[in-house]
Amino acid sequence: MTSRRGSHSPAGFGKSLPERGLLLLVLLVLLEGSVLPLGAAGSPDTSHHTKAGNSAGNGTGNVTHKKAFPVLSLDYHHIQTPFEISLWVLLASLMKLGFHLIPRLSGIVPESCLLIVVGLMVGGLIKLAGEEVPPVLDSQFFFLCLLPPIILDAGYFLPIRPFMENLGTILIFAVIGTLWNAFFIGGLLYAVCQIQPANPSNLHQLELLPCLLFGSIVSAVDPVAVLAVFEEIHINELLHILVFGESLLNDAVTVVLYHLFEEFSEVGTVTVLDCVLGIISFLVVACGGVLVGAIYGILAAFTSRFTSHTRVIEPLFVFVYSYMAYLSAEMFHLSGIMALIACGAVMRPYVEANISHKSHTTIKYFLKMWSSVSETLIFIFLGVATVDGKHDWNWTFVTVTVILCLVARVIGVVGLTYMINKFRIVKLTTKDQFIIAYGGLRGAIAFSLGFLLKKELFPLREMFLTAIITVIFFTVFVQGMTIKPLVELLAVKKKQEAKRSINEEIHTQFLDHLLTGIEDICGHYGHHHWKDKLNRFNKKYVKKCLIAGERSKEPQLIAFYHKLEMKQAIELVESGGGVKMPSAMPSTVSMQNIQPKKPPLAKPVERALPQLPKGREEEIRKILRSNLQRTRQRLRSYNRHTLVADPYEDGLGDLLIKKQKMIELEKKIKDMNNYLTVPAAPPDSPTMCRARLASGKHIHLSHSQIKCPDFSVSDSVPAIQVDLASPQSPDSVNMMDEFRRAGQQQQQQEDQGLTMRPPSRPGEAGGARDPQKLTRCLSDPGPSADEEEDEPFLP
Amino acid sequence: MGASQTRSDHEHQHLTDKTGFSLEQIKNLHKRFQQLSGNEETISKEDLDRIPALANNPIKKQIIGAFFDKRNQHQDEVGSCDEIGFEQFLMVMSHFRPPTLKTTDEEKEAMRKEKLRFLFNMHDTDNDGTITLEEYRKVVEELLSKSGAIGQEAAKAIADAAMLEVASTNVPHMAPDDFYEGITFEHFEQILKGLEMESRMHIRFLDVDTTTMRCGKSTS
Repeated sequence: MTSRRGSHSPAGFGKSLPERGLLLLVLLVLLEGSVLPLGAAGSPDTSHHTKAGNSAGNGTGNVTHKKAFPVLSLDYHHIQTPFEISLWVLLASLMKLGFHLIPRLSGIVPESCLLIVVGLMVGGLIKLAGEEVPPVLDSQFFFLCLLPPIILDAGYFLPIRPFMENLGTILIFAVIGTLWNAFFIGGLLYAVCQIQPANPSNLHQLELLPCLLFGSIVSAVDPVAVLAVFEEIHINELLHILVFGESLLNDAVTVVLYHLFEEFSEVGTVTVLDCVLGIISFLVVACGGVLVGAIYGILAAFTSRFTSHTRVIEPLFVFVYSYMAYLSAEMFHLSGIMALIACGAVMRPYVEANISHKSHTTIKYFLKMWSSVSETLIFIFLGVATVDGKHDWNWTFVTVTVILCLVARVIGVVGLTYMINKFRIVKLTTKDQFIIAYGGLRGAIAFSLGFLLKKELFPLREMFLTAIITVIFFTVFVQGMTIKPLVELLAVKKKQEAKRSINEEIHTQFLDHLLTGIEDICGHYGHHHWKDKLNRFNKKYVKKCLIAGERSKEPQLIAFYHKLEMKQAIELVESGGGVKMPSAMPSTVSMQNIQPKKPPLAKPVERALPQLPKGREEEIRKILRSNLQRTRQRLRSYNRHTLVADPYEDGLGDLLIKKQKMIELEKKIKDMNNYLTVPAAPPDSPTMCRARLASGKHIHLSHSQIKCPDFSVSDSVPAIQVDLASPQSPDSVNMMDEFRRAGQQQQQQEDQGLTMRPPSRPGEAGGARDPQKLTRCLSDPGPSADEEEDEPFLP
Repeated sequence: MGASQTRSDHEHQHLTDKTGFSLEQIKNLHKRFQQLSGNEETISKEDLDRIPALANNPIKKQIIGAFFDKRNQHQDEVGSCDEIGFEQFLMVMSHFRPPTLKTTDEEKEAMRKEKLRFLFNMHDTDNDGTITLEEYRKVVEELLSKSGAIGQEAAKAIADAAMLEVASTNVPHMAPDDFYEGITFEHFEQILKGLEMESRMHIRFLDVDTTTMRCGKSTS
């Protein structure tokens, strides 16, 4: 009985875990929903209490009326605002958690829809509790706190190359498309509102200008909604960047139109001068925003040049400079979104060359975290704000708005594509046009802008808000939910999941130069020519200013190569030291398969059993050991203000010194192929490590054994390639044995370039050892095996 | 004057069918050809070498060499010539035409193969049908040639890593004694599948005469 129960319970427990999780979440939601109004209700009481207490105390000042000292008291008011904010953030995050626990839900319904529904529920709860819903989507909080993280995340990780290649198309969609939408919707709405002679509704009092203003608010494609939905459908890069770029760049148009029409609504009339001023204003807003962003970006890049001693606060500079760019742009009523995008895009290449790897990871994860929380909060608040707020439902207005939005979008996209295709080389097909049109989602920005309207100037404000909310709901729910099946149905090209390989990078660069050359031969200065000029300017002047030290001269290909290696090394470690295959295909190919076959050497005697002279071996061993000891010492001292020194990034100074030493060493060792291994931990240790020292013309010794050896820097730089060995490897880990074995194995080979050992047993699939074709290192337990296993400093 | 014009028109018409350019584009390129060759019938390597803008290009030699490579003429010949005429010039240029809206999928595949073949020929200098390690190393070295000492040292490592990647993608299971001869054309196609050459390897051929305009910036 017990055994059966025992056997049942794990499976049963596992099956009910998502449901349990869901139950827990619902409980938490209800709890929080009730705490919020309670909190609001509770605070006046406590403050009242203390006031009463004080007055009582003051009144009877002379009489010693001693109250008992309050051991435990409740003072909600003291912490109310941060508490409520934290509660909302917690709610948002738990919701996000919950959706991913339920297995199939996130595949069918996009997250944004679920979050809006949750917001509706919470808003309903709050309303039921009789409390007032906090005006969460008012301009301050939304535009200053919720929107910037999302935009910065988008801007910092914007794929520059496809963006720049399609910039013309994106600009046309953003500017002309939005203008078309705004005027079409506004104008037709006005016309429709006028033709209602039968029942004179309050629609008649709708003027043209408020209509146009409404049109401009509701016509802008929203970056938050687009990001939320498109992230889940994984379409190809071109379409993604077109729709997303449009949603970012149309902010300038929206800002200008909004302010323009708002101003004119106050005045009441429009002149030609106003139109001209409007156009000039648009240019100022757009270019000014970009300029402000670029200035702050350059400042940030320049600052990051000097942060090599204070690595801990590097991410802070990125965030603060970007936020200040946003605020500065908003101060001048320029386009804050464009400023933020420009700042992120401009600073990224230089900052990434300067900051440490950990800071890079920090920035990435902080941005993702903040933008994720912001997005969740925005959608929840949308739901809450829908429940609250007076609505003025007018069937005509709302349905006409929704229909007009769709129609305007379709006509706009088709018309513009027809024009654009005359100038594009890679034309946009009908399928592409459909996705672009269908992906024009509206979101919270439209709502907030509507919320900002003043009631005195716009008596029909509630009607506007209702219509805006309906459009948002329609696009997010209907279009958001159906776009994924439609993409499947239409067989739209999906995103290429393959990782960038070194061959692709080489050929991308090769192509760039080739096409530039052909353009030069043809004699016209095209796209490639200017790009090449910009690159050369960048390399010659800008990089020298903004990137610290040696890295300013590093060509892009080499930088890419370094990054690739780092990534593969880290993957290797994270996969548990070769237990799982981190890469796609296990391959038994190694360098020796590629090396050109050498004719048998004239002097076979020397190749038979190369022996490292004793002194040399001792030297090498000493160097290895001293490196290990130094790294271990670094591990021991920990300080809140300095992270553990990252050996890989300790600057090229160290590396150069080591380089010198090794070059001298190597000069004394001729023509030898040897493998040295550091005695590893006992065979059943999960992270066994074998260091190989490939000597000869190319000894590779990194300045630290623990981190990834950058043998890529120089062939003649000694670097230890540390291989993760399989636990069952028959190869011994004794240094002397390795010598002999290595000597025998490498007889036919002359060492050139990288040398890597093929896995000892190619037949074994599971216990992978040489999972990557480019193998390398990490987690070295050191000569003594009683090292702690957890490596806190590894990312 | 009139007679020669109609004769050249006739030739150009013949060339449009062969290379796929439009008549205006051919006229334009012909003007450029005249400019480069100094109004001669053929151009030589020195003529192309003289173009000032090419001076900064790290792979200048390879590009110029490609023009004189007989393999790019679709005629199953090998070797290289010293001088080329306008027709050969056009043939090489035709490798850089973009696909149009009407290009079918098979045509796109054929286009991609042709462009990849062009690249392959640029790398495979000894024309043995494979890109050996030495040749690939040369390619990467040239690419990094403008980057000084750091470039040269890293070039070898990068080329080796790239070669290893090609080998392990295409022939994943090799015994330790097997030898990977070099990158064949099929492997080359495989490894560059993701780049979609037909959409990337093209330049804009203008219908407007740009030889008189210094900044012939095309509309985007």
